[in-house]
Amino acid sequence: MSPAKWDVVVIGAGPGGLAASIAADKAGASVCLVEREARPGGILKQCIHDGFGLVRFGRKLTGPEYAFLDIEEVKGRGIKLFTETFLLDLDRSEEGFVLTLQNSEEAVFRLEAKALVAATGCRERTARQVFIHGQRPAGVYTAGTVQRLINISGYLPGKNCVILGSGDIGLIMARRLTLEGAKVLGVYEIKPEPSGLTRNIVQCLEDYNIPLHLSTTVTEVHGTERLEGVTVCRVDENMRPLPGSEEYVPCDTLVLSVGLIPENDILHPLGVEIDPRTGGPVVDQLLATSEAGLFSCGNALHVNDLVDYVSESGEIAGASAARHALGDYRPPRHVPILAKGEILYAVPQRLDVSLGGQGILYFRAARTLTDAALVISAGGRVLGEKKYKSLRPPEMERIVLDLSLVPAGEENIVLELRG
Amino acid sequence: MEKLLVCIQCPQGCKLMVKTEGEEVLVAGNKCPRGASYARQELLNPCRTLTTTVRTEFPDFPLLPVRTAGEIPLGSLFAAMGEINRLLVRNRLRPGDVVLERVSGTDVPLIATADMTLN
Ligand SMILES: Cc1cc2nc3c(=O)[nH]c(=O)nc-3n(C[C@H](O)[C@H](O)[C@H](O)COP(=O)(O)OP(=O)(O)OC[C@H]3O[C@@H](n4cnc5c(N)ncnc54)[C@H](O)[C@@H]3O)c2cc1C
Repeated sequence: MSPAKWDVVVIGAGPGGLAASIAADKAGASVCLVEREARPGGILKQCIHDGFGLVRFGRKLTGPEYAFLDIEEVKGRGIKLFTETFLLDLDRSEEGFVLTLQNSEEAVFRLEAKALVAATGCRERTARQVFIHGQRPAGVYTAGTVQRLINISGYLPGKNCVILGSGDIGLIMARRLTLEGAKVLGVYEIKPEPSGLTRNIVQCLEDYNIPLHLSTTVTEVHGTERLEGVTVCRVDENMRPLPGSEEYVPCDTLVLSVGLIPENDILHPLGVEIDPRTGGPVVDQLLATSEAGLFSCGNALHVNDLVDYVSESGEIAGASAARHALGDYRPPRHVPILAKGEILYAVPQRLDVSLGGQGILYFRAARTLTDAALVISAGGRVLGEKKYKSLRPPEMERIVLDLSLVPAGEENIVLELRG
Repeated sequence: MEKLLVCIQCPQGCKLMVKTEGEEVLVAGNKCPRGASYARQELLNPCRTLTTTVRTEFPDFPLLPVRTAGEIPLGSLFAAMGEINRLLVRNRLRPGDVVLERVSGTDVPLIATADMTLN
């Protein structure tokens, strides 16, 4: 049987993929979604707390409610969704890409796509990726795993919990564990300031009198079968443990909230260029990767703190993929964006200056800044400027650049942030 | 009464100062009116939206995510959790469907936030 042909195939049915499929459908492309889980919605299925959607929908929604709005639209448009379907292999074909997939209905089958959107989300850093000594007893979990156990499966993983890392998911889980009857002994953060959103510090820790220990980390786990306790230790300004400051904290659960990494394993065979700073593909403002016809969005592109921007990137990637598939392809003329000064990273990493219109740029500050100024320039000419009262690395910033301002023939565009 | 707060109405996180002067509540530091009403509320009667899960009868959807349709007093969250953890959902509900008419002595209903009919 020859493989079914689609204009656009979207891999991953989280908020990024859902938005991409809707945008591709709107643009007139035939589009399908491939999802390995039983239901669409991605990580939002387990994010039962509220705070999603303020930017996109102007109201505070829970994760499942946010996903529901897009899922309804996907269903309403009759977009084909393959669930519990695993991607076995991804390869180039003459017309674009060929995907080898597996599910219980069709066993192993193939799909052809003229354009592809990778919306595979991110994964969590694990204990092995942070520096913790000791055995590997049961009771050490990533925050997302705890979230899934409590909110999807209905298991409380422990009674006395220590949380390492003050990222948002860890803060959210501190509250969730507390509400479900566990004791959260403290949140330990190696940096001198919390990495989660202020809203979550207030509503997840302060509301429940959960202590937040800054410049402190977990250096050792104790216990053989089950976790019995952890050693916590203060650190100096270079994040090195301060000898003599060790303290033993008895606990049965250690929750790691130590960061997310874009998930792009499926793209490796294609040799897509990856930005070491974001962990996601290098893209232009269309979210086109280095591989013609392959687009990236959401947390696979770079880790977002707000799902609203995940959806926005999905819309861009989906529309761009549709345009590519429907034959509106012109070779790009890429100009790199040089991030200078206090910028942690910026996405996109380059601009296709053969196109007019607008380009949406996202960036994060490398450290907390007050009264900062961002200047976008090319060949010494200022294209855009923005002042910020305060900037924090956890909070991604978004600016829109009018591409008609970019002078022809420039070698690069400079994005410079000064504190 | 006097309190220093970080506004949580939006991700900007304005630093607010709120205090009572006689009958009046004074707020400083807010960039928008939502900040002022938040600070007033936090001083006099802090309230939160409670989000949690309810057990269901369905093995393929063992827990239904729910939330209070509006905010309830911060002090009543644990009582509400006790009440909600005794519930069992027997129908396949959709977002917005009412799970419980009144949460722990308030007039705020508890509503489903996920679509159990989806498969
Ligand atoms: C544990 C956790 C909690 C979070 N909490 C919040 C929060 O509270 N607020 C917030 O704004 N953001 C939160 N985030 C960030 C959140 O991930 C984004 O807001 C948003 O959900 C990302 O959307 P996405 O579509 O890029 O990825 P996801 O939502 O992760 O969706 C990716 C989808 O792709 C599927 N997939 C992956 N690989 C394959 C494959 N090979 N084949 C088929 N399907 C595949 C996955 O099953 C998943 O359904 C959280 C992230 C994590 C990991």
